[in-house]
Amino acid sequence: MTDVRTDIPASATAKPGARWRDAAASRRVRRRYVVERWFRAAGLLAIGISVLFLAFLLYSMGSKGLGGFVHYEARLPIEFAKTDLFLDPATLRAPDANQKVRAADLEGAIATAAKAAYGAEAEQMFSEAASYSLADQIVRNPDMLNGSSQVWLPVSSRIDIAAKQEGDAASEKLVSLLKQRGALRSAFNTTFLTASDATDPSAVGVWGALKGTFFTILVTMALAFPVGVLAAVYLEEFAPRNRWTDAIEVSINNLAAVPSIIFGLLGLAVFLNVMNLPRSAPLVGGMTLALMTMPVIVIAGRNAIKTVPPSIRDAALGVGASKMQVTFHHVLPLALPGILTGTIIGVARALGETAPLLMIGMRAFIAAPPGGIADSATVLPVQIFLWSDEVDRGFVEKTSAAIIVLLLFMLLMNGLAIYLRNRFERRW
Amino acid sequence: MSLAIALVAVLIVALGAGWAAYAHAGRLRAGSRLNSLPLYHGGYAALWAAIPALLILAAWAPIQSRLVDQSVLSSPEGLALPPSIMQREAILSEAREIAAGEREQGFNPESSTIAPRIHAAHSLYSAMGGGVALLVALGGGVLAYRRSAPQFRARNGVERWVMVVLFAASLIAILTTLGILLSLMFESLRFFRMVPPQSFLFGLEWSPQTAIRADQAGSSGAFGSIPLMWGTFFIGAIIAMLVAIPLGLMSAIYLTQYAPPRLRSWLKPILEILAGVPTVVYGYFAALTVAPVVRDFGLSLGVKSASSESALAAGLVMGVMIIPFISSMADDSIAAVPQSMRDGSLALGATTSETIRKVLLPAAIPGVMGGILLAVSRAIGETMIVVMAAGLSANLTANPFASVTTVTVQIVQLLTGDQEFDSAKTLAAFALGLALFLITLLLNLIALHIVRRYREQYE
Repeated sequence: MTDVRTDIPASATAKPGARWRDAAASRRVRRRYVVERWFRAAGLLAIGISVLFLAFLLYSMGSKGLGGFVHYEARLPIEFAKTDLFLDPATLRAPDANQKVRAADLEGAIATAAKAAYGAEAEQMFSEAASYSLADQIVRNPDMLNGSSQVWLPVSSRIDIAAKQEGDAASEKLVSLLKQRGALRSAFNTTFLTASDATDPSAVGVWGALKGTFFTILVTMALAFPVGVLAAVYLEEFAPRNRWTDAIEVSINNLAAVPSIIFGLLGLAVFLNVMNLPRSAPLVGGMTLALMTMPVIVIAGRNAIKTVPPSIRDAALGVGASKMQVTFHHVLPLALPGILTGTIIGVARALGETAPLLMIGMRAFIAAPPGGIADSATVLPVQIFLWSDEVDRGFVEKTSAAIIVLLLFMLLMNGLAIYLRNRFERRW
Repeated sequence: MSLAIALVAVLIVALGAGWAAYAHAGRLRAGSRLNSLPLYHGGYAALWAAIPALLILAAWAPIQSRLVDQSVLSSPEGLALPPSIMQREAILSEAREIAAGEREQGFNPESSTIAPRIHAAHSLYSAMGGGVALLVALGGGVLAYRRSAPQFRARNGVERWVMVVLFAASLIAILTTLGILLSLMFESLRFFRMVPPQSFLFGLEWSPQTAIRADQAGSSGAFGSIPLMWGTFFIGAIIAMLVAIPLGLMSAIYLTQYAPPRLRSWLKPILEILAGVPTVVYGYFAALTVAPVVRDFGLSLGVKSASSESALAAGLVMGVMIIPFISSMADDSIAAVPQSMRDGSLALGATTSETIRKVLLPAAIPGVMGGILLAVSRAIGETMIVVMAAGLSANLTANPFASVTTVTVQIVQLLTGDQEFDSAKTLAAFALGLALFLITLLLNLIALHIVRRYREQYE
C-alpha cells in the first residue's frame, strides 16, 4: 500500500517534512482514509444488495413453492358394493383394465362416499386427481372392489390450502374434523411431476410442460449448434476481409442484442403466416429460439477458436495438411470445449425464454403432453406465466413449485457449463 | 408428405453414389497412386448428388404451397368459397389439416369439399418437385462418379463444397436480420395504410380497442405511441438504470479492486446466477412480492393513486436484473485500463479510492458508457417483467407509483388476445415491434462503436 506515513520519527525528517505532521495535515490524511473506508463499504454494500436480493428471491420461491411438492390426502371409507360402479374384479385382470376403470364414474362414487363419511359439506372435498389415483389403486388391486376398503386420496385445493395455511371457514371445519379422526396425512405430490395442465390446481403438473421444453430445446440445439459452429469456423478461419464479412459480423453482434420478443414477431410473421407451420408446436418454438441462440454460439465459438494457438495450425500446415484439414482435424477439436460451454449457456438462456414463445401461440391450455415436435405444446416458463395469471389461490404454490423446477434445470445446465470449462479448457 | 419421401430418396441416392465412387476409387488404387483418398472420391459424389437436389427441394416447398392454393381456388369448389379473405383463409387452413389427415372434420362444411382437391393438387405438385429433385440427384451422382480417376483432385472438390456450406451458414445471420426488417416493415406498411404515421408517432392517446359494433362505447381506436414510448423509457431507462448503474458499477469496483480472491471467487458466480434467472421468475417475484410492498409504501407516503401494478415495482426488479450486466461491462472496461496508470497514481500517494475515482473511472468511462447503452437497450426490450408487473393502462405520467405500460407489454397484449385477422389492432403490434427494433438497433450500434473505439485507444 502507498500509505502516507504519519509516524516517522522527528529525527528522520528534516525541517521541510515538518508540515506533513502538523494538525491540519493529519486531519486531511484522516479524512482521506475515512473516505477510503466509506468507498470500500459502499462497494461491499452494492454487491451485498445483489446477493441479498438473490437470497430473498430464492427464499421467497422456496418457501412458497416447496408446499407445491407436498399435498394432503384424506382417508375415504368406500363400500364398492353399494356404489353403482358395476366393475367386476374378475374382468379387471385383462390388459385393458385401465380403460375400463377410467370409463367408470369414479368421481360420482367418491363424492357419494365422502358425503356419507364426512357430511354434506365434504361432497367436493377431493381433487380431480382423486379419481385417477383411485383408478390406479383399483387396477393394482382389483380385489378391493369386493367389500369395503379404506383408500387415501388427494384432497381438493380448497382443503389443501386450509390444511397448509388458512382457508375459508367451511374448509377449516372439515380439516379439523378430518384431523380429529386421523383421516388426514401429507404425502409427496407425485401428480405434480406426472400430470399436465388442468383447471383444478390440485390436479396440475409440470410433465407436459417439461416434455414440451425438451422437444423445443431439441429442435433449437439441432438447428443452432451446427449452423453456429460452421459460421464461427468460416468467420474465424476462412472469411476474407471485405464488406460481406463486415456485414455478417455486424449483424451477428446486433442479433445477439435484439430483444427476444422481436424474434417472436419474426417467427409469427414468417414461420406461421408465410410458411404455414403448425401453431403452438415445439417445431416453430425451437426454430424461433434457434435464431436467437445462433448468434450467441457464433460469438462463443469465435472466441474459442481464437484461443487455439497459431503454432498448431502452422505445424499441421507444415506436414502437408490442407487448410480445411487443419481446421476440422486440429483447430475445431481443440476449440470444442469452449464452443460447448458457450452453447450450453446460450441454450440455458433459450430454456428460460418466454416472450417469443407467447408470440407464436405456445400459451394455449394444453392438458395432454405432446407426442412429437409438431404437436401443440407449452414450455415450462410459459406454463409459469399462465399459472401466475390464474385467480385461484391454489395456483400460487404450484407456480412457485414450477419455478423451483425451472431454476433447478438452469442450475444444472450452468453447472455443466462450468464443469466443462474447468475440466477441458486448456491454457496455452 | 411425398416431399419428405423425395427427401429420403435423395439422401439414399447420395449415399449410393458416394459408396459407388468410394468403391470405384478403391479399385483404382490397386492399379495406380491416387491423388485423393477414396473417401474423398466418395464424398465428392455424395455431395454432388445431395446438395443441388436438396436446394431444389427447399426452393420448391414454398412455391408448391402457393401453386396448391392457386389451383384449389381456381377449381369450381374453390370459386364457390365466400369472397372474404379472412373466411377463405380459415376454410383453407382447415381443409389443409383434413387433407393431411390431422383432423376428421372442420367447423366449416366447405372445408370437407375442398379437402380432396387440396390432396390431389398436393400429390401432383409434390410428385413433380420430388421427381425433378430425384433426377437432379441421380444426374449429379452419375456425373461425379464418372469423374473419379487416379489424377482427379477429389479432395479439392469436396473442400470447395464444404466452403460453400460454411459460407451459407454464416449468411444465415444476415438473412435473419433481413427477415426481421422485411417482415416488420411489410406488416407495418399495411398498418400505416390504415393509420397515418404521424398519428402513430406523435399521438398522445393509446387505446387499440376498435369498435366491433357501432354502438359500443369507449372504443375510439387511437394508436398514439407516445404514452408507450414514455412508459418504456420511464421504466427501462430511468428507474431501472437508477438502480442498476450505481449498484452495478460499485459491485464491479469492489470485485476488481477490493475483494480478496477467495471472496471474489464466491461473489462472481452469484452475480452470474442473478444474470441467469429467467425473466419470467423475476416477473412473478415483482408482481407477487415487490409490487404490494411498493403500493403500501406509496400509500403510506400519501400517494392516493398508488397502484398494485406500478412502474416502480417493475423498474426496481428490472434494475436488479441488469446489475450483473453492467457489472461485467464495467469490469471489462476497468480491466482494460493499463496497469501503469494505476501504479503511477498509487505511487504518487493517492489512496485506492482516489485512484479509482480520479484515474481508473475517467479512463474507463467510454467503455462504461457503452455498457450502459447496451443495458438500456436490453431493459427496454425486456418483456416478461413488465408484462407481469407494470400493467396495461397507457398513462402519460411521471408518478412512479402509477401504472404505466410499455411497448413490449402492448405487443404481447395485441397478439395474444382474441386476434382479428388483418385488423389495425393486430398490425399495430408489428409497427411497435419495428419501432422497438430500430431503437435497440441504434443503441446497440452506438454502444458497439464506442466500446470498439475505446479498446483501440490502449492497445
